[in-house]
Amino acid sequence: MTAASTVSPAAPASPAAEVTPVKPVKVPPSAVFVDAMIVARRNLIRIARTPQLLIFATIQPVMFVLLFRYVFGGSIKVPGTTYVDYLIPGIIVQTVVFGATSTAVGLSQDMSKGIIDRFRSLPMARSAVLAGRTIADLVRNVFVVLLMIVVGTAVGFRFHNGFLPAVAAVLVALLLGYCLSWVFALIGLSVPDPESAQLAGFLPIFPLVFASSVFTTINSMPGWLQAFAKVQPITRAANAVRALTQGGAVATNLIWTIVWSLAIISVFAPLAVRRYRKG
Amino acid sequence: MIEVENVSKSFGQTHALIGVDMSVPAGTVQGLLGPNGAGKTTLVRILATLLAPDSGRARISGVDVQHDPNTVRSLIGLAGQYAAVDETLTGRENLVMVGRLYRLGSQLAKTRAEESLERLGLVEAADRPVKTYSGGMRRRLDLGASLVGRPQVLILDEPTTGLDPRTRIDMWSFIRDLVREGTTVLLTTQYLEEADELADHIVVIDRGKVIASGTSDELKSRLGSDLLEVQVAPENLDRTTAELSGIGCDKPSIDTVASRITIPVCDPVPDLMAALRALDTAGIVPKDLGLRRPSLDDVFLALTGRAVGEDEPEQPPATGRRGRQPAGSHQ
Repeated sequence: MTAASTVSPAAPASPAAEVTPVKPVKVPPSAVFVDAMIVARRNLIRIARTPQLLIFATIQPVMFVLLFRYVFGGSIKVPGTTYVDYLIPGIIVQTVVFGATSTAVGLSQDMSKGIIDRFRSLPMARSAVLAGRTIADLVRNVFVVLLMIVVGTAVGFRFHNGFLPAVAAVLVALLLGYCLSWVFALIGLSVPDPESAQLAGFLPIFPLVFASSVFTTINSMPGWLQAFAKVQPITRAANAVRALTQGGAVATNLIWTIVWSLAIISVFAPLAVRRYRKG
Repeated sequence: MIEVENVSKSFGQTHALIGVDMSVPAGTVQGLLGPNGAGKTTLVRILATLLAPDSGRARISGVDVQHDPNTVRSLIGLAGQYAAVDETLTGRENLVMVGRLYRLGSQLAKTRAEESLERLGLVEAADRPVKTYSGGMRRRLDLGASLVGRPQVLILDEPTTGLDPRTRIDMWSFIRDLVREGTTVLLTTQYLEEADELADHIVVIDRGKVIASGTSDELKSRLGSDLLEVQVAPENLDRTTAELSGIGCDKPSIDTVASRITIPVCDPVPDLMAALRALDTAGIVPKDLGLRRPSLDDVFLALTGRAVGEDEPEQPPATGRRGRQPAGSHQ
């Protein structure tokens, strides 16, 4: 530009620019856990301070319990058990899966508020923001699952298979929920705003939850849908939780749920971290 | 301390930065001045390791931002127009969290948070959630968060945009104090006045290119320290322009729509008197006449021959990939 020619085009190099060499800073491996816990703590404080969000988040599954228990339940026949004992294990799985979508919304909110830029500019472990978020959402899911068990019990659900399998049932549902959180972490980082995160989060979840054994047996579905419903992780998890709480053959569904969960996290966690790094 | 060599960055068809060079000596304040969409935030994001340049290199204290981003992160503090603090946490919790993420350890993080709160006058509000803070308080907290790691280099992206004049002056005095203690500061701004107040050296950037650089005095002497503005009836515009042609230290700019003549003047009062005499002799009574300080608009007009905001490229997407809001607007 001609106008610039009368003024020096670049800053003059000053002798004051001499800088003592800087020691490289490495992020120690332990930092991933420490930083993740710091971020998780921050997210849990947020959840605790905005209880209305948690309350609204739990109303939806409670409505599902009431809807299926009292409205549709009468016309759904399931073999070998009462519908409420069939339903609640399914609801537990549905709850953790829906709960996992909050990872997408939470991350997207952090992006839009600029706090993610703050984290990115700090010498912290790159995966810690995502790990902290998913861990906080896991804790949140523990709370919601326990609440659903209380609500389920109030409408007639009972554990028929002893204490330890019941604990295992909760753990296996939470495992699936946690691993799915990483799918939603990737979604949350990839969409432009929290509203899109909400919608994009439900897109993959809807067919998975409804084309599954969560609310009814898959035997009444058309063959092509049955083929899908039978193998997908939500059916596997619902069946595993059902067997663990009600009794019956559990091994195949339990193993498949764990395999699915580990497969999901080992694909999506690296993808999400890579997306986070890229900015 | 900060070295930028031939850095370019594009977002699709938008060239946000084109071969930008810049060097900021230790302990000085560099003002990066330009309109919205000039590329200021893109450069800030590259220096803060949030964005990788397409070409060229940038170093902080000799450390390359791309090769060793973690070391760079431990050297810098970033604060800006989008107060990056958590609204649900209290002020203190925000600062302690950032301190711990700077790997200070929990005790030191608490001490530093306390120091920052005191220094920025936020002690009373320290235990209130940030969502109860005013825009100015958030901005101060954001600056406080960037200080807990005791950074050598502070990167401030439009730190006073959207603040009221009083809060802006407070912010300036905080920044001055930091510089006095030896912090190197890169400050982006749209306001010439702000660069003038704070910066030792100013780089003017437009459409991704450095178009001028120098000290505040150098830039201003380029512009004339003041501007003489004469507004006349449209039919008198040409005659007035002719009458005033000998006055001022640079050629006037003429706004035919408002029929206003703006003349850079190096000796404001004698030039003003000369203009009055010339107009009086010619029998022209101006509608308005006065002296004023040059604005960024004038810098731009002088440097590029067009006004700020005229024919500007779209804001490049990555300077705000998400629909961020200025701090304080969502209270």
